[in-house]
Amino acid sequence: MEGDLAHIGAGIAAIGSGLAALGVGNVAGNYLAGALRNPSAAAGQTATLFIGLAFAEALGIFAFLVSLLLMFAV
Amino acid sequence: MATESASEGGLVFHPLDQFIVKPLFGDGAVAWYTPTNVTLWLAIAVLATAALFVLGSRGRAIVPTRVQSIGELFYGFIYKMVEDVCGRDGVKYFPYIMTLFVFILFSNYLALIPMSYSPTSMIAVTVVLGFGVFIAVTILGLVKNGTEFLGLFWMSDAPLFLRPVIAVIEVISYFVRPVSLSIRLAGNIAAGHVVLKVFATFAAAAVISPAAIVGIVAIYGLEILVCGIQAYVFTILTCVYLKDALHPAH
Repeated sequence: MEGDLAHIGAGIAAIGSGLAALGVGNVAGNYLAGALRNPSAAAGQTATLFIGLAFAEALGIFAFLVSLLLMFAV
Repeated sequence: MATESASEGGLVFHPLDQFIVKPLFGDGAVAWYTPTNVTLWLAIAVLATAALFVLGSRGRAIVPTRVQSIGELFYGFIYKMVEDVCGRDGVKYFPYIMTLFVFILFSNYLALIPMSYSPTSMIAVTVVLGFGVFIAVTILGLVKNGTEFLGLFWMSDAPLFLRPVIAVIEVISYFVRPVSLSIRLAGNIAAGHVVLKVFATFAAAAVISPAAIVGIVAIYGLEILVCGIQAYVFTILTCVYLKDALHPAH
């Protein structure tokens, strides 16, 4: 029974990956919107883009980690 | 884990079996000095890194050979990144950042060879890399700037009553840096490899196997992208942290 609850918890934690997808999409979409308005400034901002993507993505990876811990470590 | 999955669903392997640390010779217990599959692939990554630069640039050719031009491409790319992010005085620390980048890149890409082990998917490896950067940068900041380094946490352009609150948040975010740096790398690589293996189990079922094989190819392509991006992200975040240590004033 305890194992079942851990599996349900792992499934709920996996929702976090989807929420991180919203964040990543938001960063990339806004970058593209800005880049199309001012293409000459776009090349200078790719580093900032990747840093933003990395921060948004890290939180999704944390959710994945929580679900892995619930599946195999708890 | 293998016995568990075999008794449950008739799977040949478990998606997480690829992360089991095994000794290279025999089946004994793993001590700190045992050569395992992790140390094997770490050693291969180190040798590949050394080979690219030592053997590649052996000829010192004015017109570079193929291997030398790959090395020069990496060199120029990282040099420009360090110079852009950290400024001229950050160039002194370029060899460390270059080594980090090429080592992570090779570990990531060598892991894409079937049946290989991915050292960067192991949290112990990335924690050493992440905390190495964190400790180096913190010591560097304290030595270079002394107490001024603490100005990193004290936003002098914020309203006075907000500054303590911001300082607490800044301190927390500073100490989370090595954790997020290492978990991001390990998590991305491990998750990618798990997805590959999950699709590989789908390929065993005859009905969906063509779709699963197409899926594996597509995800493999995505993984090639992710491996490069994660090495890049690790390196550029190291540069950003280095910039904070060299110029702590906001």
